[in-house]
Amino acid sequence: MFGKLTWDAIPFDQPIPLAAGALVIVVIVGVVAFIAVKGWIPYLWREWITSVDHKHIGIMYVTLAAVMLLRGFIDAIMMRSQQAIAFRSQGYLPPEHYNQIFSAHGTIMIFFVAMPFVIGLMNFVAPLQLGVRDVAFPTLNSVSFWLTATGALLVNLSLVVGEFSRTGWLPFPPLSELTYSPDVGVDYYLWAVQISGVGTLMTGVNFVTTILKIHAPGMTYMRMPVFCWTALASNLLIVAAFPVLTATLAMLTLDRYLGFHFFTNKAGGNVMMFMNLIWIWGHPEVYILVLPAFGVFSEVVSTFSRKPLFGYRSMVWATMAICVIAYMVWLHHFFTMGAGPNVNAVFGIASMIIAVPTGVKIFNWLFTMYGGRVHYATPMLWSIGFMVTFVIGGLTGVLVAVVPADFMLHNSLFQVAHFHNVIIGGVLFGAFAGYTFWFPKAFGFRLHEGWGKAAFWCWLIGFYLAFMPLYVVGLMGMTRRMQHYDVPEWRPWLLVAAVGAAVILAGILCQVAQLVVSIRHREELRDTTGDPWMGRALEWSTSSPPPAFNFAVLPRVESRDDYWRRARLAERGAGPTVEPIYRPIEMPRNSATGFVCAFFATFGGFGMIWQIWWLVAVSLLGAFATFVVFAWRDRTEYEIPADEVARIDRANRRARGEAVAPAGALS
Amino acid sequence: MTAFQAGAGYGDGRPEEARGPAAAVFDHADPASKRIIVGYGFWIFLLSDIVMFSAFFATYAVLVQETAGGPSGRDLFNLHNVAIETGCLLLSSFTCGLAAIGSRAHNGLMYYGGMAATCVLGLGFLGIEIHEFAGMIAQGAGPTRSAFLSAFFTLVGCHGLHVTLGILWLLTMVAQVFAKGYRADILRRVLCFALFWHTLDIIWVAIFTVVYLLGAGA
Amino acid sequence: MSSMDDYQPLRGADHAPGDEPARGREVAEGVLGYLIGLALAILLTAVSFFIAGTFLVWRPSIPIALVVLAIAQIGVHLVFFLHITTGPDNVNNVLALAFGVLIVFLILVGSLWIMYNLNGNMTPMNM
Repeated sequence: MFGKLTWDAIPFDQPIPLAAGALVIVVIVGVVAFIAVKGWIPYLWREWITSVDHKHIGIMYVTLAAVMLLRGFIDAIMMRSQQAIAFRSQGYLPPEHYNQIFSAHGTIMIFFVAMPFVIGLMNFVAPLQLGVRDVAFPTLNSVSFWLTATGALLVNLSLVVGEFSRTGWLPFPPLSELTYSPDVGVDYYLWAVQISGVGTLMTGVNFVTTILKIHAPGMTYMRMPVFCWTALASNLLIVAAFPVLTATLAMLTLDRYLGFHFFTNKAGGNVMMFMNLIWIWGHPEVYILVLPAFGVFSEVVSTFSRKPLFGYRSMVWATMAICVIAYMVWLHHFFTMGAGPNVNAVFGIASMIIAVPTGVKIFNWLFTMYGGRVHYATPMLWSIGFMVTFVIGGLTGVLVAVVPADFMLHNSLFQVAHFHNVIIGGVLFGAFAGYTFWFPKAFGFRLHEGWGKAAFWCWLIGFYLAFMPLYVVGLMGMTRRMQHYDVPEWRPWLLVAAVGAAVILAGILCQVAQLVVSIRHREELRDTTGDPWMGRALEWSTSSPPPAFNFAVLPRVESRDDYWRRARLAERGAGPTVEPIYRPIEMPRNSATGFVCAFFATFGGFGMIWQIWWLVAVSLLGAFATFVVFAWRDRTEYEIPADEVARIDRANRRARGEAVAPAGALS
Repeated sequence: MTAFQAGAGYGDGRPEEARGPAAAVFDHADPASKRIIVGYGFWIFLLSDIVMFSAFFATYAVLVQETAGGPSGRDLFNLHNVAIETGCLLLSSFTCGLAAIGSRAHNGLMYYGGMAATCVLGLGFLGIEIHEFAGMIAQGAGPTRSAFLSAFFTLVGCHGLHVTLGILWLLTMVAQVFAKGYRADILRRVLCFALFWHTLDIIWVAIFTVVYLLGAGA
Repeated sequence: MSSMDDYQPLRGADHAPGDEPARGREVAEGVLGYLIGLALAILLTAVSFFIAGTFLVWRPSIPIALVVLAIAQIGVHLVFFLHITTGPDNVNNVLALAFGVLIVFLILVGSLWIMYNLNGNMTPMNM
């Protein structure tokens, strides 16, 4: 009746997961009860859960990422403290548990923090920057988000029911095969990642179509903001890479569930083929993460330097070059697996070549700052922190691209330090810069600057304290994922790293404080004009937050940084003086399709994990039924009448006019 | 009202003809533009599906010699059946094209006739394939026998699964036109279905060449 | 800004992939297109099946011949069934296809080359 599921699945005998799980359940029940008592459920259902508005979906993605960042970071604190303590001792985490923690840490951080964060930013910003009302397939967008949430839910469920995978964030066979991982941990991983992977692929299709086919009038490809170019490159990579992840995890699933022999040691399976396939996905994945971050920096650096981005064309070429070369370097993740010097050399050289377009970007950002009037607001601090940190990380990347060096450093803490260097310095700093930069646009008030700066410095100092020692200890020969060790030379460095983790914790607490304080003082921090930063691209021409339809009348674009140009003209009194002709606007209707789909996906995934076959069958039928119900809709849009559009737009224009009381400069 | 209050210069009342596809999609739901966007989006999805199949193809090519002492393609493949399957699928692509023309022309005979023929041919293909798989499993050459067979069943089976889902989709499209007529959004879905069905035939060309013809003659 | 900026294809002049070439065309013309495609595909399929089994052709060339015939037939499908052309209204469709072909090529050739080398460097197994 319940497949493999029994009461033994709940970790009554393990205090740490039991306590953590109990705490999570209490918090969730408390939050839901609070919301229900306050009567917010109908509002949440109407405005958020069933929303197909890219802005709301973007905010939900970023919220998911922020919550999962806390969970993933707790895993990190546990690992750092264990390694600080476990010198010639077992520490406080037994190996079976420690292995789950580093596996969960990586899986959560990549799939449920970094991906949702950048996808959320692209969701919110790209349609606004393109000057359009929404993405190409709004309901599909909602499905994408809710499937990602399903994956996050399944991973967290493993804390309370069953266990998580012990194979690391990529389930290498033969360890991940049924013979050596007979429990449900790997299955939790497989279904969580598969389901959210489908959502991500849909996002890729959605955004490639939107960016290539839906623009405001006059917005040619070479007038798009660089953020849209990097979003395009990132989504092209999603479309090109995620199907390989789907196929590879499916093959591992077939091995585990039906006794196939893709990656087994017997009957002709080839373990190395898994590595090959998974890294064909895995390398483009990190570029999927970092390219939108590069886009954020292009927007932030040009805005806060009060200058157009230097070298627009070279930025576009560099972005597309990175996009293509990203698909040609994957073997550098397994130089030591034995493909031989010729193959290794080709991929080693390709891995060095990809640093060149990245270098072009760095120089362009620096040249943008040079000669500009730089304002060191929090987003700009994150950008400068990125430039220094990412360059160091990139240099260590070029170092490990030297194959003989990699033979010494592969799977050491040097490698761990390298990828955290580029992911934190690149992706996370970019995400935080974007979060701070676009927060006023999303919510109508700025974030508190003081707490923001404090958070930045804590993160920056904490990062260097936590990860620079890992380079040293990696060069000393320490392997990754060690639950205990007995080499005394390593200990001081690991202690410093633990301190670093504590400083990062302070940074995260500063960010939480920043949010709480900003909400409390939101009236003082209110963004009345819609343009708090003297922005350059079209999103700053809308109110904060923008109305559902984004633009009352789609803007007619005549140049790059078109909004900046027109805003400066308007300030000098040289812009047009006529009100536009308002027309009724049709917007896509909300739909519960995404949420209901995810509901069935959650139960279907749970059923597959615990082999409760009737549950799987019911869920598949339910998903198909949802699909048909959606296809059978007759009314897909609702109309906003012209005078409503006019009322909203006039309010925006008035607010901009009032804020310019002494006619002239904005900042 | 100052110029700045005029929203920094946007919305200056120019006529709509000066707008592009975006305006058409969202301001007046121009069907032609929506068709292009939906078609292109589905095209991108199909390319992602082809990438997934290429991962299965790569795995098959790597594992094709790993028969673990068991039967190989030469021992198992019946090219006579493969020829019939190929004929069914190719002809079904043709009838699907007829159905697509019929849908644009609002011609019931062409549409329903074409879809019915496509369905029958598709089911014929599936029937032969299931029969082939069952036969192989019965003689101990199932997917758990060797890596080669795992790869074979997965690659060819994945294609068969796509054909099955395609037939379910076909029946849904017939029901939709029957219930709601040749509405613009339903015609867009018919376009996507046709794209899907033709792509499945393209993938079958690769399968019968690489798996069956090369495998049987090896 | 610069007058040398490239422009998007003219509004409304893009073509949906897979769509019939032009709306006003006769049904008969459309059917003829599919018939020609069907005939060519049948011809290529028949040649493929024939070549696979015959001894009239130098046998080592057969795999390459089959692959070429398959590519040709895929081309027939793309042109006659999917209506992919090289016209300016099809640029985005062709670019997307080219991108897909590149990725497929990298996966297939890359995997085969890498795995051939990896397998070749394995320690020989005891018989």
